[in-house]
Amino acid sequence: MSAFLLNRLSQSIVLLVIVSIIGFTVLNLMPGGPLAQFGLDPGMTQKDVERLAAQLGLNRPLWIQYLDWAWRLIQGDWGHSFRDGSAVLAVIGRHLLATLLLMGTSTALAIAAGTWIGIRGATHRYSLFDYCATVGAMVALSVPTFWFGLIGIYIFTLKLGWVPAGNMYTIGDGSVLDYLHHLILPSLVLSLVHVAIWSRYMRTATLEALSQDFVKTARAKGVSERRILLKHVVGNALLPMITLAGMQLPSILTGALVTETVFTWPGMGRLFLDSLGYSDYPMVMGLLIFSAILVVLGNLIADIVIATVDPRIRLG
Amino acid sequence: MTAIVVHAAPTRWWHSRAVARFMRHHLALVGIAMITLLVLACAIGPYALPYDTLQIDLRARFAPPLSGHHYLGTDPLGRDLAARLLMAGRVSLLVGFSAMLLSTLIGTLVGVTAGYRGGWVGAALMRTVDGFLSYPSIFLVLALAALLRPSPAMITVIIAVTSWMETARIVEAEVRSLREREFVQAARMVGLSRQHIMFREILPNAMGPIIVAASLAVARAILLEAYISFLGYGIQPPLPSWGNMLNGAQQYLASAPWLAIIPGAAITIAVTSFNFIGDGLRDALDVRNDHF
Repeated sequence: MSAFLLNRLSQSIVLLVIVSIIGFTVLNLMPGGPLAQFGLDPGMTQKDVERLAAQLGLNRPLWIQYLDWAWRLIQGDWGHSFRDGSAVLAVIGRHLLATLLLMGTSTALAIAAGTWIGIRGATHRYSLFDYCATVGAMVALSVPTFWFGLIGIYIFTLKLGWVPAGNMYTIGDGSVLDYLHHLILPSLVLSLVHVAIWSRYMRTATLEALSQDFVKTARAKGVSERRILLKHVVGNALLPMITLAGMQLPSILTGALVTETVFTWPGMGRLFLDSLGYSDYPMVMGLLIFSAILVVLGNLIADIVIATVDPRIRLG
Repeated sequence: MTAIVVHAAPTRWWHSRAVARFMRHHLALVGIAMITLLVLACAIGPYALPYDTLQIDLRARFAPPLSGHHYLGTDPLGRDLAARLLMAGRVSLLVGFSAMLLSTLIGTLVGVTAGYRGGWVGAALMRTVDGFLSYPSIFLVLALAALLRPSPAMITVIIAVTSWMETARIVEAEVRSLREREFVQAARMVGLSRQHIMFREILPNAMGPIIVAASLAVARAILLEAYISFLGYGIQPPLPSWGNMLNGAQQYLASAPWLAIIPGAAITIAVTSFNFIGDGLRDALDVRNDHF
């Protein structure tokens, strides 16, 4: 186990280094670089921009800038927002919980619905249900999240008046029920694509598990179909879904950004868009790197969890 | 002798098993039909409609669909929605298709090089792929689009440079599995150049997965363009795209829901069609099921 951990950990560190190089390069190769927005400000002369660049150390060779930047990143100094001077990491921290709440709820919904649809599709293969689920999943993968959100708001807020159209809580209320009330629609919207992915995956995995020898053995022993499904099939099919959950992280984060915008949800995605609007370079940079770190860490955790549960992974 | 020649006559590609399988895939045929209709409508429609996409008519603001002369109604400036939708379709489909071509090109080049060279070159390239894949695509695309002052061409490039990785992975795996096969060894022994072996000998054998990935990449590119245009960092007005038509729609959701419903439906139909086609191609070309 420790060899596996060490190997997996070093892979993640290498990946983080590459991720940071990509992020740094991307934002520094832009025309104008980090100070582009100052160049457009008529109140700033070329000299002012140069002085600012010297002050921020932007006139040094790129690789030294990178090392300096990366070192400060490791120490937790992610720079300060251009907008109000607050520390980038602290601001991200304030918005992280809202995003994680949204992502967690919608992932739980997606797993529950996807597992049920997938297993039913596999046990009733080529039935009307299976066919609808297959086509439905492909359509669900094609619906733009923001559009689905707008339709949801139109039906459930404007027409039926069941749920609020946005924000995380009602000002002056803030009870748990109020939070849940605000959480329902955005998490449903965010989960749609993932219900599709989970259900397709679960269908394949269940079919595969059903064709295994141990299922034949169990059937020969006279174990009931229901028990076979619950004890032998679902367990085996569910395990790799931990890995899949890790792999889905980038797309969940993408969906979260869009959902947060439509529902004015005070999370990381909205913060990112607000920062873009203000050309808040340190904030944009920080969030970009942070989102990738979340993905790398999520995958690492998924791998460790599955290796803990399933000895075949860490020994094979 | 002549009889043998007749039997050995080249089989036409449309007689192949793959085409037969594709034709049996109903959803793929539906996809093809819908895309054909969409492309035709977007190509011809703007000429057939009596309205210009920029023609403002303040007396006809917020006309609902099927009212008066505007089939799909009008927007907050009284511009004809049908005309704008079809014009936007040209932009969205063109961006989606071009981004797919470019990303497939990049992905194939990286994948073939990494798969054939292997060693530290291959490892470095594939770790770069992993690095790019660690970024949620929309964060990277938005950051690039916001800093680069987007034109349609720039949006296409931005989408392509952030979505070539899937293709690269698929091609790399395919090429790696073909690298030591007899026909490649034979080509090496004959003394063919590395470029020739990579692109003329190996690549044609990896075309199936590339084609499948490409059809799904169009769907992805159209969606990504819609996302960033909706958020205001993609195609810039007055040029319409399906995404930026939805940009202001949220504030009129109560009074003019068709402004949101219609362009979104167009995106969904186009993307669904390409996904159907991709699914059909995967079955037809017998490509391993990676996603489903």
